[in-house]
Amino acid sequence: MRYRCVIGLEIHVQLSTKTKAFCSCPADVFDLPPNTAICPVCTGQPGALPVPSEEMIRYAVKAALALNCRINLYSRFDRKNYFYPDLPKGYQISQYFYPIATGGYLEIDGDEGRKKVRIRRLHIEEDAGKLMHEGDSITKATYTLVDMNRCGVPLIEIVTEPDISSPREARVFMEKLRSIVRYIGVSSGDMEKGALRCDANISVVDTQTGRQSNRVEVKNINSFKFVERALEYEFNRIVEALERGEDVERETRGWDMSTKTTVSMRGKEEESDYRYFPEPDIPPIVLTEEYVENVKKEIPELPDEKALRFVREYGLPEYDARVLTASRELADFYEECVRAVGRPKELSNWIMTEVLRELNERNLEITQTKLTPQHFADLFKLMDEGKISIKIAKDIFPEVFETGKMPSQIVREKGLEQISDEKLIEEIVRKAMAENPDAVQQYRDGKKKVMGFFVGYVMRETKGKANPELVNKIAQKLLEGD
Amino acid sequence: MDFRRLTVEDCLRLPREEREKLVSLSLETIERLDPKIKAFISVNGNVSFRREGEFWGVPISIKDNILTLGMRTTCASKILENYESVFDATVVKKLKEKGFAIVGKVNLDEFAMGSSTERSAFFVTRNPWDLERVPGGSSGGSAASVAAGMVVASLGSDTGGSVRQPAAFCGVVGFKPTYGLVSRYGLVAFASSLDQIGPITKTVRDAAILMSVIAGRDPNDATTVERKVDFLSGIEDGVSGMRFAVPEEIYEHELEKGVAEAFEESLRLLERLGARVERVRLPHLKYSVATYYIIAPAEASSNLARYDGVKYGLRLKGTGLRETYMKTRNVGFGEEVTRRIMIGTFTLSAAYYEAYFNKAQRVRKKIASELNDVLSEYDAILTPTSPVTAFKIGEIKDPLTYYLMDIFTIPANLAGLPAISVPFGFSNGLPVGVQIMGRRFEDGKVLRIARAIEKHSPYNEDGRFPLPEVEA
Repeated sequence: MRYRCVIGLEIHVQLSTKTKAFCSCPADVFDLPPNTAICPVCTGQPGALPVPSEEMIRYAVKAALALNCRINLYSRFDRKNYFYPDLPKGYQISQYFYPIATGGYLEIDGDEGRKKVRIRRLHIEEDAGKLMHEGDSITKATYTLVDMNRCGVPLIEIVTEPDISSPREARVFMEKLRSIVRYIGVSSGDMEKGALRCDANISVVDTQTGRQSNRVEVKNINSFKFVERALEYEFNRIVEALERGEDVERETRGWDMSTKTTVSMRGKEEESDYRYFPEPDIPPIVLTEEYVENVKKEIPELPDEKALRFVREYGLPEYDARVLTASRELADFYEECVRAVGRPKELSNWIMTEVLRELNERNLEITQTKLTPQHFADLFKLMDEGKISIKIAKDIFPEVFETGKMPSQIVREKGLEQISDEKLIEEIVRKAMAENPDAVQQYRDGKKKVMGFFVGYVMRETKGKANPELVNKIAQKLLEGD
Repeated sequence: MDFRRLTVEDCLRLPREEREKLVSLSLETIERLDPKIKAFISVNGNVSFRREGEFWGVPISIKDNILTLGMRTTCASKILENYESVFDATVVKKLKEKGFAIVGKVNLDEFAMGSSTERSAFFVTRNPWDLERVPGGSSGGSAASVAAGMVVASLGSDTGGSVRQPAAFCGVVGFKPTYGLVSRYGLVAFASSLDQIGPITKTVRDAAILMSVIAGRDPNDATTVERKVDFLSGIEDGVSGMRFAVPEEIYEHELEKGVAEAFEESLRLLERLGARVERVRLPHLKYSVATYYIIAPAEASSNLARYDGVKYGLRLKGTGLRETYMKTRNVGFGEEVTRRIMIGTFTLSAAYYEAYFNKAQRVRKKIASELNDVLSEYDAILTPTSPVTAFKIGEIKDPLTYYLMDIFTIPANLAGLPAISVPFGFSNGLPVGVQIMGRRFEDGKVLRIARAIEKHSPYNEDGRFPLPEVEA
């Protein structure tokens, strides 16, 4: 590849604390009617003062530890000053000079195997409100409404080093990050609801000339799919410019969902001076080693460790282990099943294929389903006892998933129990032979493939319920002559 | 009963039927005298107070940058002219709980930026000692309302001397507590790291009494501290055996002759009372004003960004967002406020942050450590509160001269120290204030020293500074 892609991400993660960052309004404001979760503090009334949430600091430390960051025992809030109607105080409380954590990394499944993406810093800040332009267009609107519910919702901003080498890796990084914030319970990680947001800095190096393009910042990326799509678009746009012997502008571009392109938002010369200075209303955050150790203890086994353990403990292939551990809930469910049923490999296959398919089709999480380990215990027992074939088992699985009924109940209700009555199968085989003497002859002349015809016949007659092993055995015995 | 002379302590001794009358007496006095003094921005004619709580019925005024539910809080600015308070400031809540009756909100320099109350967007408040003169500022309305005897006491705010200097100009007591002792929740911010609410009263004991009501950690203000400070119990214990420091540097400034004389006399009094007074050097003191006028405007430029015409207050519509911002703020803010916002915006800008704001932060630390060093050897640092007495309205036009008057009061704010102005003597018939600056959290000792001066001052009658006669 002549052109090498260099990507760094700036990610905002909404923390799922009970309260907003600096007041006691609820932090979960998604779907609330406008301006119903507000108070003097988060609407910037004169005289109101911010008081930082301890839970927010704890969550930030937890996230930083999970991302292998160094916790700064001394950190501080700063003000980022700019005018905008969604920012009621005229400044955002953030951490600029002394962030709460620096120097971490996240290991991902990169294009050329496992790789570490370094994290430069992680800091705490508050969210801004939401503007609603009349007719949804900022340029044509005659008025704009401000919804301040989101003002003051706590965020952590994570800034990576430019270690990401492809749009795919950027997506994988985001997915891994979501998995981690969910594991440790600090955020829903829901990109569609804005709980996870990502801006990307991308530039391209021409490896033949060593020349590097200008850096472009891409904003407004609101789904995992679009992380990859937007960066692919941008990569191609930059490569085209380089091939023409030109360069792209150093600017900020926004991902436009409707056209699936990026469009220029502002150039370099329009960059603001945010006049950062220490927030005088909040004393510095001073943490102790002991505090950090305590938070560390709250961090559960993370996906990488869990996957390795699954390989070790259940003898799963690494790939399977990573799929199962991508979500903590799915991993927990798998382990529950193994505890109840045993047979880890078989369960892993079922979960990775049947269960994940159902979840994806219905856009559900495992915790939102009626599935329990008992369903698998019951299903496996039916198969063990020869009451159903694996085919029937897979056929009825969507219904088990959907209704939560026990497989045995469904088998009973639908009369799907496998036919293992040797006499009955023998009768059907004989009938088939009587009706098809030619085929019998062919078999006896050595065309063993004809066997399939007889098995198919029996299956058709029994609506697929005949025990396939028995059918094979009996048909063979009869065809080879008795 | 002469209402005008009543202190908080006097009120507590009144029989119930007399006490019932205090609020109406206050309102009558306001009606009679305020047309001359012009201290009040709003008067609460039908103030309701509970007849419970130790201080029930004691009429008090509040500087109009402290939120008081049921009344407007204008900050003497056009931009907040019609702003109704949406909650009670913590100090106001505490006063109300103890039964104080808030009869009105008083004038100030717009957003507390000034030292004369001439910078109010509405009107100039007069000094009760001489109606041609300023009452000082920015808590000029507070000081004038107390000195004229329209209320028993008042709350002001002090960012660079805004409680102490008007107290000195009006011949009353003004106390700025240790930073972090009194909640700023509900005080409209000017410069958050310097602002502190403090009482303006007729006596030092009253200041101590008000402090015990308003001080204490507040969960709504992260800069308040958990610290038990006893303001009253040792207040009569005198100064015998104490050591006081007087900075040499104060004589390098142009001190009004009468001020210098009164100040020297107060030092001799303290010596007679058994204290030792020594000269010390504070070489960084001269950088106080410069440091202050970088840090305070920087914080102010950010604190005042919220007045944008979007949510509340003045809104002048323009075509588009930017023009609405500009129109609203151009008309809404006065000249002095605009000047400080511009200075602050400049010193915080990326290109100048290091040269100005950051350097000022370092000098601030230096000044604080110099003061703390002196205070580790001395019980207090003494200075005149202001190099001058109340000047004539309109007399000082040059901003720099105006700023330099704050030289003695600013250091206490930069270092977060407690400081009081206690009236002592006169210069050309106008009151002079002596400032006592103490160690952090030794607010009680500062009050005790002030009380000793007050008690033994030859200018006082019954241990009280006289009140001016005001003709209706």
